[in-house]
Amino acid sequence: MIENGFKGNLYYKAWLLFLFCIAANGLYHYNRQISEGLGITGMSRDISWGFYVSNFTFLVGIAASAVMLVIPYYIHHYKKFHRAALYGEWLAVAAVTMAGLFIMADMGQPQRAFNILLHPTPSSILFWDMYVLTGYLVINAVIAWVCLRAEKSLLSLPGWVKPLIFLSIPWAIAIHTVTAFLYAGLPGRHLWLTAIMAPRFLASAFASGPAFLLILLFVVKKLSSQVIESEAVATLGKIMLYGMITNIFFYGLEFFTAFYSNIPDHKESLQYLFFGLDGHDKLVPWVRTSLVLGVISVIMLLFSKVRDNENMLIVSALLIFVSTYIDKGMALIIGGFIPSTLGEITEYTITWPELSITLGIWAIGFFLISVFFKMTIQIRKERA
Amino acid sequence: MKLDNEVSRKEFLKLTGLATVLGVGGSTFFGLYAQENQGLEKNNAMHDQKTKVRYGLVVDTHKCKEGCTDCITACHSKHNVPDHKNKKDEIKWIWKEPAKHLFASRDYSVQNDFSSAKPFLTLCNHCKNPPCVRVCPTQATWKRKDDGIVMMDYHRCIGCRFCMAACPYGSRSFNWVDPRKDLKKPDPDFPTRTIGVVEKCNFCEEIVGEGKLPHCVKNCKEGALTFGNLNDPDSEVRQILVDRPSMTRKPELGTGPSVFYLV
Repeated sequence: MIENGFKGNLYYKAWLLFLFCIAANGLYHYNRQISEGLGITGMSRDISWGFYVSNFTFLVGIAASAVMLVIPYYIHHYKKFHRAALYGEWLAVAAVTMAGLFIMADMGQPQRAFNILLHPTPSSILFWDMYVLTGYLVINAVIAWVCLRAEKSLLSLPGWVKPLIFLSIPWAIAIHTVTAFLYAGLPGRHLWLTAIMAPRFLASAFASGPAFLLILLFVVKKLSSQVIESEAVATLGKIMLYGMITNIFFYGLEFFTAFYSNIPDHKESLQYLFFGLDGHDKLVPWVRTSLVLGVISVIMLLFSKVRDNENMLIVSALLIFVSTYIDKGMALIIGGFIPSTLGEITEYTITWPELSITLGIWAIGFFLISVFFKMTIQIRKERA
Repeated sequence: MKLDNEVSRKEFLKLTGLATVLGVGGSTFFGLYAQENQGLEKNNAMHDQKTKVRYGLVVDTHKCKEGCTDCITACHSKHNVPDHKNKKDEIKWIWKEPAKHLFASRDYSVQNDFSSAKPFLTLCNHCKNPPCVRVCPTQATWKRKDDGIVMMDYHRCIGCRFCMAACPYGSRSFNWVDPRKDLKKPDPDFPTRTIGVVEKCNFCEEIVGEGKLPHCVKNCKEGALTFGNLNDPDSEVRQILVDRPSMTRKPELGTGPSVFYLV
């Protein structure tokens, strides 16, 4: 079955080769990082987590958002998602794989990673995160594989898969909740110390995930002339809209609590991100861009004309993707460290090796997405 | 000064067992009344990790001389703490920080004698309820049951830096670059570290077990530092804290620091 993922014209093979090269460049720099240390990244004593952990957080959201297709299709029997649901599951598999790779990239001593298994520590949220993420990867890989095989052999789904599919729903909520708990339970990090961290994570995931999937489905359609029902596409647009509205609303709640209470510790990180603090404002243009793009996308999507027009829908999906990526993939993690626990401001700049490793992991992710999607397209083509 | 840590493991288990049978509640109740000002016995029901001995440090900010770095130099050379000469990769176990950074919630606008820029010593607080220990996925950092020291295992640490995010005091450093290349004269009595692991002050656990004082305390000519068992009502640290007003950093977080400041 997997061989179908590598069949394709010259362009497809060139694309895979391109991704391979980006990944190889990442691996080269990762090798350097292993021997020279994480000092080759922009992270520091004050900003002790950076771009890797940010990308990890963003991708856990992408992975979790597969439920936004699984719930309508399997629970509410929304048949229009028949084709899209499988792509959603493949995307989840690729996203959670990337998330795991980002954690590995962030570790100072990755060769000791199995110490987490050797010395299980339930008090650590990272312990739980490792288990839920690994479990989610296995569950979704099995589901996607079995679903595709059933399509290939024109058989109905085996009975044992259904419970697994139902299990994947709370499990998806769990991965993002546990990931939010990584941050939300730390004393002295005021940007993160918020009870709505998990709901915020889920809201932004339910916007960014469908947005990413829409973009990918658009590419599938352009390249393979396989059609996803336009109603399914419009429904994804609606899901994305509600996710983004909730996300922005939650952001507003954080602002209200921080600024109306007027407690300095609660305000400072937000001040740094949106207005700059004591002359430090490196992230301000990014964060404002994120907010503006988010608001524009919501306004666009409120009109059914936009949701029904595929090109416009893709534009708003792109806006949401960029907006949530900046917000979660940068601002949330870096902002949590500014000001530091000693009230100092250290800014953060991504270095070339760090960016190379990040791009490398994304290339591996896109490689997986390409192969999984191609495999699905080929098999569906044969059965059409 | 007598360091009361000669309790054997068996004896320790017996004692804690006995304490459980008798019900810790009663003693805590009286303890609260007796020690409320110091916050020593303050209960944090969910996380309280009681230890028989609880080592603590009292920093007399009046005696600590400005510009003096004797304790820092002694600690860093004895523990093979490298000087990378840049802020980004910096490793520090004990250092000086402006008062306003350590006690940010105080109002410095009109105070003279408590000038906001006065440098205070800071180090790991060896908290009663350490958040770093709670978050570590491998127990590479843990609270030692017999003396309350928050320990680090440099061989088990996977370098995830969750403890650095969790520590509300900025007490932890990570080896971003090779620490050995910037060590001029490594001390063979203490291990050097590798890249990719976290480290911090260990309250000189390698020598206090022998009844010796930590290097910072021993090397302070001004007598600004006092070390001892906070759980022992007769200890010098405890006597000082009974008599004089003191502060801990961010007590509102419930971590229960074991480093006290006389101001």
